[in-house]
Amino acid sequence: MINKMRSSFLATPYAIWVMICTILPLFYILGYALTNDAGSFTLSNLTAIADPVHLKSLWLSIRVAFFTTAICLLLAYPVALILHNLKLTNKGLVVFLFILPMWMNFMLRILAWQIILSNNGILNSILSTLGLPTLHILYTETAVTLGMVYDFLPYMILPIYNALSKINDQVVEAAADLGANWWTTFTKVTLPLSKDGIISGIIMVFVPALSSFVVSNLLGGGKVLLIGNVIEQEFTLARNWNLGSGLSIILMIFVLLSMSVMNKVDDSENGGMPV
Amino acid sequence: MNKFKKGASSLYLALIFLFLYAPILVLIVLSFNDSMSRTVWGGFTLKWYANLSSNDNIMEALGTTIKITLTSSIFATILGTTAAIGIHYMKKRHAAIMLGATNIPLLNADIVTGISLMLLFTRFTPLGEFSVILAHIAFSVPYVIFNVLPRLQSLSEACFEAATDLGATPMYAFYKVVWPEIFPGVLSGFLMALTMSLDDFTITYFTKGAGVNTLSTMLYTQLRKGIQPELYALSTILFLLAFVLLLVINFKGSARKEVFKNEK
Amino acid sequence: MEFIQFDHVSKSYEKQLILDELDLYIKENTFVTLLGPSGCGKTTTLRLLGGFEKPDSGKIYLNGNDITALPANLRPINTVFQKYALFPHMTIEENIGFGLKIQKKSKDYINDKIKYALKLVNLDGFEKRSIDSLSGGQQQRIAIARAIVNEPKVLLLDEPLGALDLKLRQSMQYELMKIKQELGITFLYVTHDQEEALTMSDTIVVMNQGYIQQIGTPEDIYNEPENAFVADFIGESNIIEGIMIKDELVSFLGVQVPCVDKGFGTMKPVDVVIRPEDVELDAPGKGFMDGVITDCLFKGVHYELDVQCGEYEWLVHTTKYFEVGQKVSLNVIPFNIQIMNKPESEDEEVLKEDDQ
Repeated sequence: MINKMRSSFLATPYAIWVMICTILPLFYILGYALTNDAGSFTLSNLTAIADPVHLKSLWLSIRVAFFTTAICLLLAYPVALILHNLKLTNKGLVVFLFILPMWMNFMLRILAWQIILSNNGILNSILSTLGLPTLHILYTETAVTLGMVYDFLPYMILPIYNALSKINDQVVEAAADLGANWWTTFTKVTLPLSKDGIISGIIMVFVPALSSFVVSNLLGGGKVLLIGNVIEQEFTLARNWNLGSGLSIILMIFVLLSMSVMNKVDDSENGGMPV
Repeated sequence: MNKFKKGASSLYLALIFLFLYAPILVLIVLSFNDSMSRTVWGGFTLKWYANLSSNDNIMEALGTTIKITLTSSIFATILGTTAAIGIHYMKKRHAAIMLGATNIPLLNADIVTGISLMLLFTRFTPLGEFSVILAHIAFSVPYVIFNVLPRLQSLSEACFEAATDLGATPMYAFYKVVWPEIFPGVLSGFLMALTMSLDDFTITYFTKGAGVNTLSTMLYTQLRKGIQPELYALSTILFLLAFVLLLVINFKGSARKEVFKNEK
Repeated sequence: MEFIQFDHVSKSYEKQLILDELDLYIKENTFVTLLGPSGCGKTTTLRLLGGFEKPDSGKIYLNGNDITALPANLRPINTVFQKYALFPHMTIEENIGFGLKIQKKSKDYINDKIKYALKLVNLDGFEKRSIDSLSGGQQQRIAIARAIVNEPKVLLLDEPLGALDLKLRQSMQYELMKIKQELGITFLYVTHDQEEALTMSDTIVVMNQGYIQQIGTPEDIYNEPENAFVADFIGESNIIEGIMIKDELVSFLGVQVPCVDKGFGTMKPVDVVIRPEDVELDAPGKGFMDGVITDCLFKGVHYELDVQCGEYEWLVHTTKYFEVGQKVSLNVIPFNIQIMNKPESEDEEVLKEDDQ
């Protein structure tokens, strides 16, 4: 019988690591947030969120993240459902192809959208060839949302697909056996049973979308200021680490809030974790 | 499923597929474009690929990226695997705490993780490659743990007991029974660490300090300056790399099954 | 046309032919069991009737109507699935009431029906419980309740008792028979357990490799199997090669024994089937063949003996104890000797169109 005591000590290096690199940094950021550059205690870094500029960017971030998540959900669910119902021998490969972009360097994928959306970019050249009016999407909230949807769509497809795979096929057959047509089966059986996947997907999209700053920099050109941008600028341009930390704490609170809301809806064992 | 539904489904899938891959294809095509224009085709060329090796910025960033990614992934795998084994044998309560802490880097916004690590590191060391490596290990270890732990849990304790019943020492039993079972998890954890590290921008951005650049951060600064077609060539290569890497992760499992099938 | 009719139904799955022009009919209000080993096509037949699969060719009729193209949710047929397939996210009453809600029945009607169904399966008062609080046997009964509450014309049961332990299985068998009596509808039951089939059915359809081997009442199937497969699959038997000398006389293992079968011709090779419980043991010399006991196992209900007679080892069931090594003789009354046609080739599977 394995010596459980001794084996669990294998985790000690990791425990130390967690203390240093996960827990401690959080205290640091909290520390900076609650002090000013003279080192004395203050709440002004946290209350700074009430500043109209910051409030505006927070609200913008929430709005963009919300639309991104909603659009991703609406687009991704049918994809996951169709993939789930595919009867192909190479089904794994097809699913793989839809998940693949998730793992490709997202900077480059945003670059590609910059190319497509710019005023003399590909989208507009297609439109003008067709005789349609050109769109000036780049550097607007729309472009940023579009970029985020593009970036995060596979993150929504995968958990929903996995959740659908876990549904017992015979349960779906039972619904038809009892008289349910396709729509009733979907709404009363498939959808509720895929709830875990939906929640997982929402978390995996909403949180990064809320805190992103790269997409808004590249596709928003400085005109779309999200809370992530504000925080980043406090650290790089303004060099006000305290304010930046304060706003980061506020951001963290929002992230925790949205996740606890999600967890109330979720009742699975692992709490909607992508694990 | 009737014909209409089937047709509509295929069309929808095709549209989404196009949406996902069109930008990537644009980049690949432009990487061969003998012109700096984004919309006009100037003929086929490989010069941008050739220019890559003479572009100091890119080469340096590439070297740094490889160094950081390999180092951090290897360490993360070792740390994560031992951690997973330790956690597996812990009391439920302790394990829950450890797993909760492990989830934190996964749940936290990248920007918060990056900033908090930077704040910690600057206290003790100037920022540079070392701090980036540490940061990469920090966010990679959870992926290793969550790849290895399920394998440990599904491995029946009975197998291990059977080995010791037949006379094996715990070490030998581990090496012969446990390790082969968890190895696929260790491998996929390693590969995941590689991909996460290659792909990371935000955390690297905050923990790198001046003068250090990975491919992602270099791209960021370059992208804001203007077009350099070498970047398209670079992106094409990176895409191919990611594609191959992920084919391996996803299909090595089924390849193994094929081998066993034939052996029977 | 009978109540349920399969007309030349063929079905392949992944390039394997499961059913080849199956012709089968089922009378109304009977308990019919499809019995056979794994892969014989019994589940496929059931699923074709339920509407979960479409036949590649052929037609299926229910009460005179062609339902071949009718989707599952429009058929007046309900299924009890092998692994219950209860809706995990719904309570018991939501599960049971699912079909009735779709039929837009009134709330009172639904509640009454749920009460009645739960009473029928001996789970009164379980309405508000959740699925995961139930044991396997209880889940099985809820699955039955959920199906019958819709008053289907036919109830399909796909090996529903497979996951239950022996005692529970046996009590559920009786419950199912009682439920059928109470409801008065047609049951189509699938199983590979021949004891189960013999206990519950009015009619058994023995299948192998997609073909019907024999259709008959449990007694017919057991006592008068028509070929070696059926004889071997149902119960245990001694199947011996023999020659039909003439009507009512058969020769096997070097002895000639009177039997009651006629019409097999003269000097025709046949298969002789004798059930182990029909072999009587006596002192050496008193029977038609002598042998020696080589094994004796106590099975509770009877002793299982191996008796070696020359080259053939007989299987015998008795309630008396015999010692290993003891010399005995065998005897069988003519009525208990069953003669079957020898198949012309190993693959000859007979498609029967018996009238029952």
